Amino acid sequence: MNVDDWRLSLRFAGACPKLREPFKGETTGQRNLRLALGAWIWWSQKALSLAPSMSGGEQQLLSGNEAIALAALHSGVVLGAGYPGTPSTEILEAFAELGGRGQWSPNEKVALEVVLGVAFGGGRGMATMKHVGLNVAADPLFTAAYTGVSGGLVVVSADDPGMASSQNEQDNRHYAVAAGVPMLEPASSQEAYDLTTAAFEISERWRLPVLLRLTTRVSHSKTVVTPRGSIRPPRAPTFERDIRGRVMIPAYARPAHRRLRKKLEEIQEWNETCQLNHIVRGNGALGIITSGISFMHAREAAPEASILKLGLTYPLPVRRMSEFARGVSRLVVIEEGDPYLFEACRAAGLNVEGKPEMYRFGELSVPRVRRILNHDTSPEPTPPPGRPPQLCDGCQYRQVFEVLKKKDCVVAGDIGCYTLGVLPPFEAMDSCVCMGASVGVGLGLRHALPPDQARRVVSVIGDSTFVHSGITGLVEMVYNPPRQGHVLIILDNLTTAMTGHQEHPGTGRTLKHQPTGRVALEELARSLGVPRVHVVEPRAGSDEFELVLNQCLASEQLCVIIARRPCLMIVKRLKELERSECDKKENQPHAATSH
Amino acid sequence: MRPQVTNVVVAGIGGQGVLKATDVLAAVALRVGYDVKKSEIKGMSQRGGSVTGDVRFGDEVLSPMVPVGEADYLVVLDPTQVEPHRHILRPGGVLLTPDAIDQDKLTNRKSLNVAMLGALSAHLPLPESDWLGVLKEQFPVGFFEANRQALSVGRQSQPPV
Repeated sequence: MNVDDWRLSLRFAGACPKLREPFKGETTGQRNLRLALGAWIWWSQKALSLAPSMSGGEQQLLSGNEAIALAALHSGVVLGAGYPGTPSTEILEAFAELGGRGQWSPNEKVALEVVLGVAFGGGRGMATMKHVGLNVAADPLFTAAYTGVSGGLVVVSADDPGMASSQNEQDNRHYAVAAGVPMLEPASSQEAYDLTTAAFEISERWRLPVLLRLTTRVSHSKTVVTPRGSIRPPRAPTFERDIRGRVMIPAYARPAHRRLRKKLEEIQEWNETCQLNHIVRGNGALGIITSGISFMHAREAAPEASILKLGLTYPLPVRRMSEFARGVSRLVVIEEGDPYLFEACRAAGLNVEGKPEMYRFGELSVPRVRRILNHDTSPEPTPPPGRPPQLCDGCQYRQVFEVLKKKDCVVAGDIGCYTLGVLPPFEAMDSCVCMGASVGVGLGLRHALPPDQARRVVSVIGDSTFVHSGITGLVEMVYNPPRQGHVLIILDNLTTAMTGHQEHPGTGRTLKHQPTGRVALEELARSLGVPRVHVVEPRAGSDEFELVLNQCLASEQLCVIIARRPCLMIVKRLKELERSECDKKENQPHAATSH
Repeated sequence: MRPQVTNVVVAGIGGQGVLKATDVLAAVALRVGYDVKKSEIKGMSQRGGSVTGDVRFGDEVLSPMVPVGEADYLVVLDPTQVEPHRHILRPGGVLLTPDAIDQDKLTNRKSLNVAMLGALSAHLPLPESDWLGVLKEQFPVGFFEANRQALSVGRQSQPPV
């Protein structure tokens, strides 16, 4: 009997009529074995359908993000922190759903600092973010590489080649090199699970933060995972004082930098033989060095090739790569984004081909990898345009952008759903750079432009984005006010809408929608000394927003307009939450007052 | 032997349940014993833009994305999305559009995604019992009857293979 037999029979049989199948020109013993195997598979599938939760042991179809969450749980992560951002958002949500302690921070820098504290305390911590989030968290990352950690610290960066939902397609592999932290790159959900586990082990063994670098296709594709079950429980957190190791004044930081380089040398040596990289043996005519999702595309595009698949991609196993190169006649690097592996191979003196510049842009795919291998640089077919996204039909911010367009405002915009205000019919946004930039850019425009233009400049930012990195901009506005004043419009829909309606400090609810401390945006603005702070509710048939905007633009003072109305898509959830919170309060008459 | 993989692409617009449909299809294939990969692009698509999800199943699936021009089945939930996605289909591949379904027959019109899966299921080697099992698992109990009916309407819309 061959394996295909029972798979085939299973395909068409479905439920356990397996045991009633006739003979297929085989002996009784062969038939019994075939049916027993088929029935066993059938039962294991049934067992799976009875317990579809992400527990352990059984095969499950998980996204890369869910697999990381499960591995974090199995690795004993004490705390996961992050800021929502496509394609990373679901990691913390799944982690919390599984029972882990996951929390949204105001931004990625704070998230990384919080889990760094966890790891200084000997616990295992995980910070999650999208690629541009690591720009915000880069400051603690670089020096955390010097201080090292007592527990385990894994920083998850989910890159977005092709920009499905991002403002750039930066390649965060460069961060591993620049900061000097080991980097792992999974190619599937199973690897996302396994490499998360490995990342914590590497982090604890060398007492270093580790970067787990994903891309959209790894984060969001669902593939089959067999969890390894619970891993040994990590050490219980306890404080160990290490002043010279943790306080990075220059005198202590100089030896810390040397210690870091020593650790990286050791890891590189370990990487030469570790199991995180592997070779798929092919015919030797073509060799491919690759990592991450590109490995899957390459295997499919060139099934006959020998492939060195790298899992630990910094520090690179240079000797192993050279040895692989010697065994093949033609060597090609297949990688998305920047030529990171290619340049490392060239620096190591390997005679290797990279990809033509046109393939730096966007994601790779099986057809694109075929083209690279065939030296095909002919123009690629452009897919017919799909329907572009747009502001929801009943969105309250349609009115805001209609008014801004009517008044011909110069709009310094920001990151969120409302960035769609740039598209027709509004076309009411003049810049969008990074989280929080609307405030600073608006102020700069006010400083530089002639007065008749400067008076029309407004900054537009969402509530979650404002908390993320608009607050320091507001401080700047108070500290260095433009001559004609400035108008900052906060579109407060009481949620982080673009990434799927996550809570944030301005909503007063935790990641799991439980009540907690709330940052009141209007109180914050008033406390900073902003003279005009208005809260308005933009809704159909009301011209309140327009009237207030007119007054503010004419005042030449510093103004904050909070245009507050819950996102249509959370109204129902919000009502349910408010009702259950109300019920709880009534049941506990002596509970402490809310924030 | 080159691994045999079945490639399905589901396309529609945000809010139609495209991604749910691919979740269901992938779960059915896994339940039947195949290796499965499912890929999608989320993000801006949540705001009414085009959404597509790829499901590949077979003995061993490598890339999670269906290569352009290699889809065996293209399932389209919104008529406006046929032309933008037609190029994904291989020559001789099967195009399934909502025209196939008499939507007046659906108990709940929101089950169009399941009805389209029903139409697809008539072409695939995946037993109906597994489809029903997954529909039971993946939706709240109250939706099961409507979904079962939609799956059946879809299956019957296709000529016997």
